Amino acid sequence: MLNQLLQLALSGVAVGCVYGLIALGFVLIYKATETVNFAQGDMMMVGAFAALTFTEILGFPFWLGVPAAILAMGLFGMLIEKAVLSPILGQPAFSIVMVTIGLGTVLRGVVSMVPGWGTDTHALATPYSGQVVNFGEVVLSIEQLTIIADTAALCLVLYLFFRFTRIGVAMQATSQNQLAAYYMGIPVRRINMLIWGISAAVAAFAGVLLAPITFVHANMGFVGLKAFPAAVVGGFGSVPGAIVGGLIIGLVESFAGFYLPEGFKDIMAYIVVLLVLVLRPSGLFGETRNKKV
Amino acid sequence: MSAAALLSAEHISIRFGGVVAVDNVSFEVKAGDVYTIIGPNGAGKTTIFNLISQIYALSTGRIAFDGIDLAGVRPHRVAALGIARTFQNIELFEHATVLHNLLIGRHAHAEAMLWQEILFTPAQRRMELEHREKVERVIDFLDLQHYRDSLVAGLPYGVRKVVELGRALCVEPRLLLLDEPSSGLNVEETDDMAFWIDDIKNEFGITVLMVEHDMNLVTRVSDRVLALNYGKAMAEGTPAEVQSHPAVIEAYLGT
Amino acid sequence: MRFIFKTDYDQDIRLFKHGGTKFWYGLLALLLVAMPWLVGEDMRDYYLAQLGFIWIYSIIGLGLMLLTGFTGQVSLGHAAFLAVGAYTEAILQKHGWPFGASLTAAFVLSGVAGIVIGLPALRVKGIYLAIATQAFGFIVEEILARWDSVTGGNEGLHLEHIDFFGFPIASEADFYFLSLGLLCVVLIGTVNLMRSPTGRALVAIRDSEISAQSMGINLARYKTVAFALSAAITGVAGALYAHKLQFISPEQFSALVSIQLLMIIFIGGIGSFHGAIFGAIFVISLPEAISAAKDWLPPSIGGQPGLEPTIFGLILVLFILFEPLGIYGRWLKVRTYFSLFPFYRRAMFKRQKAYMKSERLR
Repeated sequence: MLNQLLQLALSGVAVGCVYGLIALGFVLIYKATETVNFAQGDMMMVGAFAALTFTEILGFPFWLGVPAAILAMGLFGMLIEKAVLSPILGQPAFSIVMVTIGLGTVLRGVVSMVPGWGTDTHALATPYSGQVVNFGEVVLSIEQLTIIADTAALCLVLYLFFRFTRIGVAMQATSQNQLAAYYMGIPVRRINMLIWGISAAVAAFAGVLLAPITFVHANMGFVGLKAFPAAVVGGFGSVPGAIVGGLIIGLVESFAGFYLPEGFKDIMAYIVVLLVLVLRPSGLFGETRNKKV
Repeated sequence: MSAAALLSAEHISIRFGGVVAVDNVSFEVKAGDVYTIIGPNGAGKTTIFNLISQIYALSTGRIAFDGIDLAGVRPHRVAALGIARTFQNIELFEHATVLHNLLIGRHAHAEAMLWQEILFTPAQRRMELEHREKVERVIDFLDLQHYRDSLVAGLPYGVRKVVELGRALCVEPRLLLLDEPSSGLNVEETDDMAFWIDDIKNEFGITVLMVEHDMNLVTRVSDRVLALNYGKAMAEGTPAEVQSHPAVIEAYLGT
Repeated sequence: MRFIFKTDYDQDIRLFKHGGTKFWYGLLALLLVAMPWLVGEDMRDYYLAQLGFIWIYSIIGLGLMLLTGFTGQVSLGHAAFLAVGAYTEAILQKHGWPFGASLTAAFVLSGVAGIVIGLPALRVKGIYLAIATQAFGFIVEEILARWDSVTGGNEGLHLEHIDFFGFPIASEADFYFLSLGLLCVVLIGTVNLMRSPTGRALVAIRDSEISAQSMGINLARYKTVAFALSAAITGVAGALYAHKLQFISPEQFSALVSIQLLMIIFIGGIGSFHGAIFGAIFVISLPEAISAAKDWLPPSIGGQPGLEPTIFGLILVLFILFEPLGIYGRWLKVRTYFSLFPFYRRAMFKRQKAYMKSERLR
């Protein structure tokens, strides 16, 4: 019984970490530019394919290919920001949301057309797939442990990065009043580009972690849709909230899949988000702010 | 509350967390008067407006309009009672024309019945034309004919302030709350504003409660003035009385 | 250049502002009614079928435009309303209900769904509302798939031909006229609504909720009205849609479909009635155009299933970058060019350089 609970909890936390990472990616973008990137999941998908390309197709060793892929995605993210997002900053939020939706659609379409990627499902070979470790009676998969450990490590790195650099403060400024940030000499355009780059890199990281579980295919980005509930639960605009929200969603899903009738697992995230929006829209760590008139 | 008071605020205060934005303020606005609230920024003037409009709820005290306690009145019912307001930072409907904005000001008097509207019955058409007539009178009064069909988004600041005033007038209020009507206006436009406020009081019989910084304008149009500082009332009386009050001079006016 | 000399306030309220408009729309009406006889015999069914789809999507477009374009409430799960309408129609027809009754039921039930899904809107705004509507979309899709006994689950439901008060709607031409008729009804209703106080209230809510309230607009009431009407209209389109395809299953109402619906109003031109119809024309015509173009493209590109979404997405992005007013916006610019010739200046429609204003503090 305890065994069962532990297994469910572990897999819930592991998947939750991935949700959390994707949510983290677009909370970063949201904090900086108040844009919600509906293509975050698809960027994760492209990241996974990039890792696939570097390791399987081009033959790099895992520990070289994956960082290369993440870096490549970072650059790709910056490129997207420059080409597509930057020109339309200042337009109503709905327009920007539609752009990201369009972007996601294009990414899915293009990926399915690339030779070697296509519509097939691929397996990403990792040094830790398929292995298990026995903890007394409990069987833990190394994959899941790796996901959790890597997520924790990345969070620490990001925390240090934002706490001890000037970028964090600059991000806040640009997200609240862009014009004033310009006046203050903050290189707004460069900051936005950088944020998208970091976000894309985080997405790629998440993609690599997720690949052993869902395999790599053009539609794997749909997992990212669950990241929205995660961000809402944690409180939109809160970076730790994104991870916590992801863990909560992951755990709820995991237990729902076992204890509730079939079909609930898939929509659990959405039921949770609706409850949160009705009861406490600002989420766990978010803030409510009312406009002063 | 005395007989002719249209609006009375009795010992009102509101706190936001630890900050007391308005502290035990009492005043009465007589029907037909122009009553101005002055004070440094952050003194709580706009907060009082928001309290009257029911955007915020009072922590203590009571605001009564024509004898009716405003506590518990939903924000959208305030206009129906006869109170209209303008906003300090102009809250117009940007993607609509000036005419459209003014027509929305008629909403408190529009009985919106869905089926009648969807079928656009002759009765509906008649009501639309009536609203249009009323709006045109306001347009005439404020000389907005030139801008009637312009989208608000492209208009200069001075014109938008006038449109905002017009929209409030279309509500056909008994009490008009003007939040810094002359801020951002040049001398000529402020002059126009003074004449309009006079006309609003004398021709239309609308009571005006105003927040203002421009002391010339204040002296020119106001019947009574209340000076606030840090949420507390400092002085109340005629413009001359308040202007010469030592505390007011020290805190706000300077020598 | 045309100068319209106005002598009457009524002229501003009227649907057709001057003789020219009446003439062109009249011509259009004539053309549409005569369409089945204008098209060649062999291609008739094909063209009429496509036009039928355009009418259906136009109705959806109008519904979504009402909610998202005019009231500013983003709806990322709008396919859910389409589904409610479609399934209501399918199930009731199975139980022998006449078309008039089942269509009304689809209208009402979708409206109710709209009210339910609109409940979060009364409390949350902007991106939160978008996510809430998306969540509802997924939940509805799942319910359709799981509730086998009623909806047939993933097996789907089949439909029979419509019996329109005794007149069987069996041919493409019949369906063409039925959907065109319903589109006209919805269009006139929506236009009437928008030129009335309720319509203005909706626009006010979109632009500034706080001042809308100060003008006496009950936010909760009008948001609910917007959701209800929008959903009800979409439900009617759903009922027609079900009959057109004669078969419905949950995957036809997925999140991807919701995105497609949003593309209709966005590419068409947000905030206008024409936009809904132009958008529908675009969304139906583009796949056909791509199929036709496939013959020319090398099979490595043309043969791919991913081509269509790529092009859709690309066009959406390009429109937002270069023509945010959509197809209707472009149409207006072209028309203004000709009507003002030679005084048209590109700066007339130039976008102001805008800086991002925080929506959280709206």
